[in-house]
Amino acid sequence: MIEREQVLHVAKLARLRLSEDEIEKMTGELSGILGHVDRIGELALDDVEPTSHVVALENVLRPDEPRPSWPREAVLEQAPDPAENAFRVPSPQAEG
Amino acid sequence: MGELLELSVAEAAARIGAGELSRAEYFEAWREAAAGDELNAYLWRAEDGTVEADGPLAGVPVAVKDLFCTEGVETTAGSRILEGHRPLYTATAVRRLAEAGAGILGKTNMDEFAMGSSNENSAYGPVRNPWDLERVPGGSSGGSAAVVAGGLAPCAIGTDTGGSIRQPAALCGIVGLKPTYGAISRYGMIAFASSLDQCGPLTRDVTDAALLLAAMQGRDPCDSTSVGIEGGVEAPSSEDLKGLRFAVPAELAHDAIESGVRDVFEATLKRIEDLGGEISEVPLPHAEHGISAYYVIAPAEASSNLARYDGVRYGMRVEAEGDLVEMYETTRAAGFGDEVKRRIMLGTYALSSGYYEAYYGRAQKVRTKIAEDYAAAFAEFDFVVTPTSPSVAFGLGEKTADPLAMYMNDFFTVPMSLAGIPAISIPAGLAEPDGGGKRLPVGFQIAAPAFSEQRLLDAAYALEQAIGFDAISRAPYSSQSGERRTGSDEGGGG
Repeated sequence: MIEREQVLHVAKLARLRLSEDEIEKMTGELSGILGHVDRIGELALDDVEPTSHVVALENVLRPDEPRPSWPREAVLEQAPDPAENAFRVPSPQAEG
Repeated sequence: MGELLELSVAEAAARIGAGELSRAEYFEAWREAAAGDELNAYLWRAEDGTVEADGPLAGVPVAVKDLFCTEGVETTAGSRILEGHRPLYTATAVRRLAEAGAGILGKTNMDEFAMGSSNENSAYGPVRNPWDLERVPGGSSGGSAAVVAGGLAPCAIGTDTGGSIRQPAALCGIVGLKPTYGAISRYGMIAFASSLDQCGPLTRDVTDAALLLAAMQGRDPCDSTSVGIEGGVEAPSSEDLKGLRFAVPAELAHDAIESGVRDVFEATLKRIEDLGGEISEVPLPHAEHGISAYYVIAPAEASSNLARYDGVRYGMRVEAEGDLVEMYETTRAAGFGDEVKRRIMLGTYALSSGYYEAYYGRAQKVRTKIAEDYAAAFAEFDFVVTPTSPSVAFGLGEKTADPLAMYMNDFFTVPMSLAGIPAISIPAGLAEPDGGGKRLPVGFQIAAPAFSEQRLLDAAYALEQAIGFDAISRAPYSSQSGERRTGSDEGGGG
């Protein structure tokens, strides 16, 4: 089960603004999904190694050779608010 | 022109190679067919089709899921947040197809960020199933499956994270292959769950799937997890299944499967025996926990991957009154759809302090157990077979209200993704949905050990010849007259 307060906390971590309707719906839906997922809690897994990746590769390296990066103008063309050769964003600290 | 559209990719490529068919004529024929899309399957279509490169796919038009970055061509991943986004580079898989001579025919609709099993999560509207316009094509590569089944493209590529190639291929009556994780580069594929995502072909037949895989597979310096398939991939040619050992999961008897799907599955097992293959049961006790593990691991990885959509460097931004964080929050609230928000929430929760071990940690251990089950099965058997999907194509809107019911569509496809092994879905016949109605395609799934794609394709080819399911003549939507064909009973099973 998941409570409304947890939904609000997780939404904040995920940088998602949820409407009142979404909070209510999300609380019910996440509870339902987690209720199903909780069944893996019954499995004996103490001595099992976790798998984060299926390909047995370690430290794939390449020669450290300099190469040109993307032209700045081309990259900034995709930006919602480019300014002075950079990405402009609102202030990290709201005024007042 | 209709005749041109009935050629398989392999046949068309052979004629072009022999100088019997002009590239321009073939491409143009498909461009005209694609222009008749009434399935909402394309998000973008090529305006011209000049293909210059020589190669095994010279002149072949390919429909590309909108998850693959294409330089200068809008790439949205089915999301509002990337509307208008024109990538600076092209995905390696697409680039390799182009180097083999193929041209992009269009970009196909999909569930937003590949999250979905019905294509109803696209910000650009659902795709319709060419077999029945009131039903879903499956997802998330629903557009790629629908264009091939509906006669709007000769072949397509998609991505599969937990079944997103195999399930729509099954629901649309075509072939869909998810290669081994690492067979094809993920560079330029918009990331959903990086430890699971894999590119693959959606085609009318197994030979065409092999042809596309051969062109796309291989190591790529831009994706350190790509290793390629040793020895490459050749056109399959096996005539029988003599001496091959096929295993059916013992738990399958208890699983919720539509009766029509079960009938076709059992008829297909019989065909395997007729071709000289042996059928046995094998225990895969952890496969039933695949959905639980998958719906923790995939959302966890997604919540991290989708953190990049913040309204700063590309994509949409919604200006807010307050500070930077408010801009992030309002942009993401407006840019993401319901399912994407649900998965970001689920993943963030599973990774959050206090819950990490219980969810993410345990799910990764279940993943180990599932991989061990398959390793044990493959010590004794060549292949594991299941139905691809528990049901035939379901109705638009039928499962949208219940996320968990929707997730259950992935029951048979998720375990192979978690284990990283290759699996193919081939059309095995037609079946009525539970409760009756028009007969619809049923997919048969064959899974094999990692990097044994050649053996998988050979077996699928032999079985395909015996089933005799003709994807093109059965595609009701492809009929030039607009009149929908119903398809004969041949190969219908049951």
